[in-house]
Amino acid sequence: MESKDYKKGQPRWCPGCGDHFFLASLHKALAEIGVAPKDIAVISGIGCSSRLPHYMATYGMNTIHGRAAAIATGAKVTNPNLDVWQVSGDGDGLAIGGNHFIHANRRNIDLNMILLNNRIYGLTKGQYSPTSPRGFVSKSSPYGTVEDPFRPAELCFGARGHFFARAVATDAPGTIEVLKAAHDHKGASVCEILQNCVIFNNGTHDSVYDKEGRKRNAIYVRHGEKLVFGENSEYGLVQEGFGLKVVEIGKDGYTLDDVLVHDAHCEDNTLQLKLALMGDGDGFPIALGVIRDVPAPTYNDAVTAQIEEVKAAKKYHNFAELLETNDIWEVRE
Amino acid sequence: MADSLHIQELEQVVVRFSGDSGDGMQLAGNIFSTVSATVGNSISTFPDYPADIRAPQGSLTGVSGFQVHIGAGRVYTPGDQCDVLVAMNAAAFKTQLRYAKPDATIIIDTDAFGPKDLEKAEFKTPDYIAEMGVDPDRVIACPITTMVKEVLAPPTPPVGGDKGSLQTPPAGGPRGAIDLKTALKCRNMFALGLVCWLFSRDLDVAFNFLREKFAKKPAIAEANIKVIQAGYDYGHNTHSSAMNVYRIESKTKVPGRYMDITGNKATAYGFIAAAEKAGLQLYLGSYPITPATDVLHELSKHKSLGVKTVQCEDEIAGCASAVGASFAGALAVTSTSGPGICLKSEAMNLAVIMELPLVVLDVQRGGPATGLPTKSEQTDLLQVLFGRNGESPMPVIAALSPTDCFDAAYDAAKMALEHMTPVVLLTDAFIANGSGAFKLPNLAEYPAINPPYVPEELKGSWTPYMRAENGTRYWAVPGREGFEHILGGLEKDNRTGAISTNPENHDLMTRLRAEKIAKIQVPDLEVEGDVADADLLIVGFGSTYGHLHAAMDELRNWPTPNPSPREGNSSPLEASGNALPSLGVGQGVGRPYKVALAQFRYLNPLPANTAEVLKRYPKVVVAEQNMGQLAAYLRMKVDGFVPAQFNQVKGQPFVVSELVEAFKKLVK
Repeated sequence: MESKDYKKGQPRWCPGCGDHFFLASLHKALAEIGVAPKDIAVISGIGCSSRLPHYMATYGMNTIHGRAAAIATGAKVTNPNLDVWQVSGDGDGLAIGGNHFIHANRRNIDLNMILLNNRIYGLTKGQYSPTSPRGFVSKSSPYGTVEDPFRPAELCFGARGHFFARAVATDAPGTIEVLKAAHDHKGASVCEILQNCVIFNNGTHDSVYDKEGRKRNAIYVRHGEKLVFGENSEYGLVQEGFGLKVVEIGKDGYTLDDVLVHDAHCEDNTLQLKLALMGDGDGFPIALGVIRDVPAPTYNDAVTAQIEEVKAAKKYHNFAELLETNDIWEVRE
Repeated sequence: MADSLHIQELEQVVVRFSGDSGDGMQLAGNIFSTVSATVGNSISTFPDYPADIRAPQGSLTGVSGFQVHIGAGRVYTPGDQCDVLVAMNAAAFKTQLRYAKPDATIIIDTDAFGPKDLEKAEFKTPDYIAEMGVDPDRVIACPITTMVKEVLAPPTPPVGGDKGSLQTPPAGGPRGAIDLKTALKCRNMFALGLVCWLFSRDLDVAFNFLREKFAKKPAIAEANIKVIQAGYDYGHNTHSSAMNVYRIESKTKVPGRYMDITGNKATAYGFIAAAEKAGLQLYLGSYPITPATDVLHELSKHKSLGVKTVQCEDEIAGCASAVGASFAGALAVTSTSGPGICLKSEAMNLAVIMELPLVVLDVQRGGPATGLPTKSEQTDLLQVLFGRNGESPMPVIAALSPTDCFDAAYDAAKMALEHMTPVVLLTDAFIANGSGAFKLPNLAEYPAINPPYVPEELKGSWTPYMRAENGTRYWAVPGREGFEHILGGLEKDNRTGAISTNPENHDLMTRLRAEKIAKIQVPDLEVEGDVADADLLIVGFGSTYGHLHAAMDELRNWPTPNPSPREGNSSPLEASGNALPSLGVGQGVGRPYKVALAQFRYLNPLPANTAEVLKRYPKVVVAEQNMGQLAAYLRMKVDGFVPAQFNQVKGQPFVVSELVEAFKKLVK
């Protein structure tokens, strides 16, 4: 398969919109994964990013505000062989669709859940979103918001999610890597894509939006590898007390041996959460890559297995036999 | 008190079992209806339970009732008022007496009428029978609790006799492993035994029922059986204080194999049958809500048939996930009631514009908002017809009775799948919880279900909104190569399927969606009764069929051979002078009331002969359990149609005698 096999139409997003970059990476990732377009369903809600299924040569639905995860749930449970990609923005996925987001994670439906986070409502032209920082000035918050934002990883973990990854839309290799990992993970896989809205929230992810910025301000995490970052990998993360700490390797007595090794497969999500929450102007780098990837039974597999189990245990397998399981009497002539 | 046993032949009888919510009235009622159905009686049941999960024991709000109507001929309703009232405690006696005929036999457990019980039931005097104005001769006052305790008393250890020998007490004596608490749960069976005696019922069927129900707890089954027998014997030995022993012989036996079924179970069975016929997986997305939850319960049992049920996080997800399931190729259903239908509207509309099959079951209950969760109304009609944004045409089918829920569910599924549209199936608390004798259907005799799958030869030229001859969009289920496509909530171009805001295209698509629904063929509206010369046409929809039919029968048979006490005083009206031969009812010439009934089952689209039928008769009354929704809808659809209206919103089924009185006035 090639990426053109997954491509359709001409995207209508604003020039420079992060969604263009993400779409290209999705096409490439799918080509590398190799599932045929006929076996893929891309299901979105409403919003700028939810236009994405229109540019896919697969099966797809661009549905209604917030319901993508619920709709995707029904599709996946019905046909577990479908490779289902659910695409939402921060408003669609975490505000109006917040309930479906957490429950899809809790149930562990085998969905690839893409959250394109630009911290703004773009399609409705510039209102703050549930990921906009406190004090954020927008058309609907001219004096700044007076509420705290969601941090998507926290929601995902709080809902007992087993997979969380993050990538920057402009970072094609990083995006493709997390998309492939999300596909390979059986269960709900949340990928937070940091994406810029050039019109209503330009610069929101500036610190990591280009390669140079990522070198300084991001850390790529990989399972089994040391948590090091910096232009020359000169910094590392070490554990101190109940928290993490940034150290310079070779200074203050810290050696590479002191630096933590990333464990994405650890059931206990404590350190994974700490990694995921870094970088909010706190002197820590923003973590990119697969932060949590823990195997767990999926809802759809469990449903299938239970059906097989009950089929074997019960004596009725069609409607006529079902009728016979009741108390029946006969009225004769 | 009566001294001699008198056997009276009855056409029909209504028995109401009442007690605390935990007294097992439903089980007693179910067994009684099953026993009666087995001898070929027609049955109709109606549970009337409180919204509280478990109100304080013995309190007035905690009383639940289960009414059973059995008849020699066909019975259409669970009956207005009962001939026999079983009241297991003082609160039940107080609250349920209003459902009893003035000459009804009343069975009470005197052990549950102590000073504390009377206080809880807010009686003012110790003579509760007089306080309620009941003739003591009509009351079978029996110390049921005491007798049950006695019957199930543990075996007394041997006294005297072989003092020296080691004797183990006989194991599994009368009470066997039954403790006192469990024993007291059998009180309902004593009352059932008494009722079975009153109606000369064969106890073997009841015994078998219990042995099957408690297959895993044989000790419990045997305890219950012992108590039923004791109740029966009590009646037989004392002739009780009852006036009559009744016999109801079956007259209208339709031979065949039957089961007792509630409307909710019949609905679930209809979906299962339709899925099997269509060769599709059945998917239910739902959220628990009274009184629709039993459909979720029922379908979740049948994994061996491949049924998939998802108990979703909310009503919205229930419907939305069903839309997803439909897209993926299932027969998709979502079930709800009352407030739930409001929440589903958005995703129902998504299925409208995406033109995907979906069945939305609305088991109506009292509203608005949470309203009367356990009570019945027909107040969602206009909402399901019109309560969505935009032009949103959607077929609506309303089931007529508990057993008709099966056919209605099958019809709804067939219509959704063949016309690629969401379909609303309306039932309500009354028929959902009520039951009737269900003749086992033979699926081979049901019409085939053929969804319009996109033909393979269209590969390459197909677009999502290409239509078959009847205007239906083709269904391309994911997994088929060459038919990858996108659907969505935004308006699409008729030809290309791409998003379009073109004004002409939107106008066209709106019309195409409307025409597609309008063109669905539904059976003609059937008129029953005095089809040729009725002075009054009664019109209703859905679950009121039984009551309206019974009211029509009563009017056509007027004056009735056995006027019920409440109507005993009113003199039959003058004969109309119309000497036309009667249509097999009444006393032939001079029937004063010529009436007919037309009950709508298909609300959208309406039957093709609707206007003709409604205009055929000099007077029409639309009777419905709302403030006039069907009347308003018909007035909108039929030019110049101005019916009389009978509207009641009490959360309770119609009362036939009230209907008869109201209709009589209209004919005058």
